Amino acid sequence: MPAAIHTAGLTRTFRTKNRTVEAVRGIDLTVEQGEILGFLGPNGAGKTTTLRMLTTLLPPTSGTATVAGHDLIADPKGVRERIGYVAQSGGVDPTVSVREELTTQGRLYRLSRSEAARRTEELAGELGLTALLDRPCGALSGGQRRRLDIAMALTHSPALLFLDEPTTGLDPGSRADLWQLIRRLRDHRGMTVFLTTHYLDEADALADRLVIVDDGRVAAQGTSAELKRTYAGAADAGLQDAFIAITGRRTQREEEETPVAV
Amino acid sequence: MSHVFTDTGIIAGRYIRQTASSKLSLLFGALQPLLFLVLFGPLLEDLHLGEGGDSWQTLVPGILVQLTLFSSAFAGFTILMEKHNGVVERMRVTPVSRLALLLGRLVRDSLQLFAQSLVLVLVGVAMGLRAPVAGVLIGFLLVGLLAAALASLSYALAMRVNSPQEFAPVVSSLNMPAVLLSGILLPMTLAPGWLDTLSRFVPFRYVVDAVRDAYTGHYADGSVLLGAAVAAALAVVSLGLGTRVFRRVSA
Ligand SMILES: Nc1ncnc2c1ncn2[C@@H]1O[C@H](COP(=O)(O)OP(=O)(O)O)[C@@H](O)[C@H]1O
Ligand SMILES: [Mg+2]
Repeated sequence: MPAAIHTAGLTRTFRTKNRTVEAVRGIDLTVEQGEILGFLGPNGAGKTTTLRMLTTLLPPTSGTATVAGHDLIADPKGVRERIGYVAQSGGVDPTVSVREELTTQGRLYRLSRSEAARRTEELAGELGLTALLDRPCGALSGGQRRRLDIAMALTHSPALLFLDEPTTGLDPGSRADLWQLIRRLRDHRGMTVFLTTHYLDEADALADRLVIVDDGRVAAQGTSAELKRTYAGAADAGLQDAFIAITGRRTQREEEETPVAV
Repeated sequence: MSHVFTDTGIIAGRYIRQTASSKLSLLFGALQPLLFLVLFGPLLEDLHLGEGGDSWQTLVPGILVQLTLFSSAFAGFTILMEKHNGVVERMRVTPVSRLALLLGRLVRDSLQLFAQSLVLVLVGVAMGLRAPVAGVLIGFLLVGLLAAALASLSYALAMRVNSPQEFAPVVSSLNMPAVLLSGILLPMTLAPGWLDTLSRFVPFRYVVDAVRDAYTGHYADGSVLLGAAVAAALAVVSLGLGTRVFRRVSA
């Protein structure tokens, strides 16, 4: 089975008027089909930048990647048809109704009018949005909004789903629901999920395998147990200890977060 | 390429529904030019404003172009909002044609401008405007081209900047002199020599002159053709630029 994602030497440098930021400095990774990959790192590590490259939104400065069987640079369309992407802060217009957004999304994925309407009902049913279809997206709660964002990304039943910090800002209940949902996507549909997070507990509980990024580079990778054994000395140590050993620092707590421009 | 038309229709449909559902903002968009027409227009009635045509045939075309300049130049504002909400990236991750993301918006913009222009002309007629139907239709075509050109530029700029603070100053500082120098309220033929000369460097002037000539039925004296050529050239250049930005940008 070919890998879902394979990258070699992926880099991205941002040049602004007064400074140059090497956001991603050469990332090599392989994501197997059907796994939940946790892309874990502190704020500013380059997670979002990597994701935006892998989803064709941002051209890499250098490096190559194959995503869902298609070359990122040579065939971005082929990639787009096969992936779903949920950005860190979502992607719906607060003034537009849930139904309008889901149906438009269906149309953008080339469903006919009637197919798009049917798919809207189907996704709303699966994600518990049926009662909300005619509300404006802006009226949804944080958890409902995330489910909508995910529904939007599932419109075309992609084989590979990218989630950028899916549970940031959610209450514990919605967070647990979302973990369930993500596991279900893997277990029942064999979907590959590439998710970024800066929460150690989330990475530990949800991901089949972890890639730890720091300062634009892969600092370590393996299963949670492997990382704990290698870096913290015991498989039952905390992931926190392994993380500190790898990066030399703690992940930031949410209260201390500085918003990162996306 | 094969999907450009369908995708443009889908994008246009989305924005048309969105615009149509906020009727109030549609009205407010046309409010300022309507006020000009009703509260300023009567002042000009007995003035002699230049060769051919009465004051309404001078003023209504001017206000029409003014409406076009303002609404199109600020069209990009909506993209800034959508970038902020992640809507632009969400759409760019789908296989939708990049060009359709621009064209679909332009379709909505031109329909909106057409609706507002129609109201403007009808109110003008009620105030005393008399103009040949063909001339009025030519006028709509000319401002339509101008709108497509300016809105493309505005969208392209909005895709490249990150905040309203970067966007608004650029647009307003270009727009205001353009409005003044194109002889929108009074024809530039009334201007002293230096001002008249200066205004010849502002392309919108030719469009205003062309619409005025169309409203007085002078289709053949060259200015309609010149205005059409200028508007078409602007549209070609701006659409080319807009297309490039929408194809390439990693907003
Ligand atoms: N468009 C951009 N322009 C300039 N710098 C950027 C841009 N996007 C991200 N960066 C910088 O790149 C680095 C990595 O950012 P990001 O990928 O968002 O990190 P993460 O998602 O891990 O928090 C940060 O230093 C950030 O400020
Ligand atoms: Mg991020």
